[in-house]
Amino acid sequence: MTVAASFEIEYRQYLDTDGHPMGKTLPAIARDLDQLVQLYQLMSFTRIFDTKAIALQRTGKLGTYASCLGHEAAHAAIGSSMRPEDVLAPAYREYAAQFWRGVKPRDVLMYWGGDERGNDFSGPRHDFAWAVPIATQCLHAAGAALAFKVRGEPRVAVSVCGDGGTSKADFYSALNCGGAFQLPLVMVVVNNQWAISVPRSKQTGAKTLAQKGLAGGLDCLQVDGNDLIACREAMDQAIERARNGGGGSVVEMVTYRLHDHTTADDARRYRDDAEVKEAWQREPLGRLRAYLTRLGAWSDAREEAWKSECEGRVNEEVDAYLNTRAQPVEAMFDHLYADMPLEIAQQRALAVSREVGRG
Amino acid sequence: MAEITLIEAVTQALAWELAHDESVVVLGEDVGVNGGVFRATVGLQEKFGPWRVIDTPLCETSIAGLSVGMAAQGMKPVAEAQFEGFIYPMLEHLMCHAARMRYRTRGRLSCPLVVRAPWGGGIRAPEHHSEANEALFANVPGLRVVIPSSPARAYGLLLAAIRDPDPVIFFEPKRIYRQYKEEVPDDGEALPLDVCYVLRDGKDVTLVSWGATIKETLEAADALAAEGISAEVIDVATIKPLDFDTIHESVTKTGRCVIVHEAPKNVGVGAEIAARLAEHAMYDLVAPVERVTGYDTHIPLFRLEMKYLPAVQRIVEAAKRTLAVS
Repeated sequence: MTVAASFEIEYRQYLDTDGHPMGKTLPAIARDLDQLVQLYQLMSFTRIFDTKAIALQRTGKLGTYASCLGHEAAHAAIGSSMRPEDVLAPAYREYAAQFWRGVKPRDVLMYWGGDERGNDFSGPRHDFAWAVPIATQCLHAAGAALAFKVRGEPRVAVSVCGDGGTSKADFYSALNCGGAFQLPLVMVVVNNQWAISVPRSKQTGAKTLAQKGLAGGLDCLQVDGNDLIACREAMDQAIERARNGGGGSVVEMVTYRLHDHTTADDARRYRDDAEVKEAWQREPLGRLRAYLTRLGAWSDAREEAWKSECEGRVNEEVDAYLNTRAQPVEAMFDHLYADMPLEIAQQRALAVSREVGRG
Repeated sequence: MAEITLIEAVTQALAWELAHDESVVVLGEDVGVNGGVFRATVGLQEKFGPWRVIDTPLCETSIAGLSVGMAAQGMKPVAEAQFEGFIYPMLEHLMCHAARMRYRTRGRLSCPLVVRAPWGGGIRAPEHHSEANEALFANVPGLRVVIPSSPARAYGLLLAAIRDPDPVIFFEPKRIYRQYKEEVPDDGEALPLDVCYVLRDGKDVTLVSWGATIKETLEAADALAAEGISAEVIDVATIKPLDFDTIHESVTKTGRCVIVHEAPKNVGVGAEIAARLAEHAMYDLVAPVERVTGYDTHIPLFRLEMKYLPAVQRIVEAAKRTLAVS
């Protein structure tokens, strides 16, 4: 038999579910305890924020919200591996990545709270806004990467989509362009096993989602998405390769969606509690905390103090959100065009006039 | 000064803007070495290089998505959809992202892209090569839709489209790509994007059209003139936003209006113009507004396509029907 080409997909995991190193040589990031503590704090903060956001929705103070419960390691690794000048093209739940880059929790709340100003966020002004249409952001990242290549800038574009997103034409189109143009592009697939109610097993016949990148000529890797160290090493390597002209990557981070798809969903309709319970054994915070605690970099006392600090910070963000008045009616016309067409200006004036006398 | 065709005016505008604004890039299928299947980009890659005039993989979704990404990051992509009938895979990126980028980020990001597409029928092309879908795009907030009908307007409006800070859909009436030549100074002067052009003054009836059917509309005006009827001819040129004032002013004068377009009649752009006339010019009208359009069917394959497209005689007859009322 003549082999035209052959491929394999590497899987990486460094910490077991109890936070014990799995006998391999650990990457440098595993010894950078200061950074790991910061990232653990980010993950912990994000979970407290997430819990609060769900509570706000349940009490009618927030619209539909997409929880990130269980994805914290993947998202923290993505955000922290990027430089400020790089570009992130998120889907709609990568809050830890965005918080690291400077997006404020109040921005997230504003967006899900029905106010476009959430997308005018405080983070990197060039990062893409949340992309609800599935996987479209993959091509926007590819376009950003193409812009960097055309302009000769040493910047990298990172897209994030889910397991369901890898079924969409945009995902395939983006990885194809990534390979065809040799773009500085990192396409992360946060495989949380569920695309609303459809499980990963029904999404594709492919053994891994990472291997889809092979078709486009990208570097492909699968990692344990609940192992921050594995996620971060994979991201660091993919980003460095992209920045140095080595081309793009697909990094599949295998994790689990511990909450409903959004607050408008009820996962009990389609998945067993036993599966969720089992997935909690692999969740990302506990294992990193155990690893750091064993090395003396974290403790129960610090955990308590940090949680309390997070509660305070999250409450400040929630207050800022709740105290922000709705935009005036004319806001729905502003920013539609840079130069407002006459007919829009006329409709704007009409809408404003209808507000007169209404408090 | 050399006289050039409409498609040569497109090339001339692209070359001007590539030379004068380094953020401009041209991308699409076959736009590079081949110069585009209609030759709209001929010679541009040779002159500006493969990273300014980019041959993309054969995927309209990619062309649109890449353009959105580039535009949001400070470039001005001018993307080519090879035929308007192939534009559908681009719609999600154009409608959900390009049209909304400035709006949904409150101006933090914007999307100054242009999608050019050869548009309309009448060139004996294969299936899916003859569509006229301007109404689809005119319905989308945040977009501008432009359809030139002469070499000079193709040049000036394309420059304006590229320079506009928001997304512009630029449909090129391919049936008249090489219909005639005129002098088009290569001076980088853009035309305004929000005005209709009065091509011919008249007092008895207003004929409103855009794109390739401007040809038949002007011929109809000639035929009417031979019978002593004075028709005013307006080229809408920018479909969205619509310069209704120019149309209104003309109809105030003539009291009669015939709208001519090759797209299907139902919910076509002609319906919008007729509705606005009903809203704002009812008492100036002395006859019902007439629409001469494509039928509400698919544009047929080419043995029948000329029977589908508005013909001079149909326009003349419609104008006469408006004149039968007094």
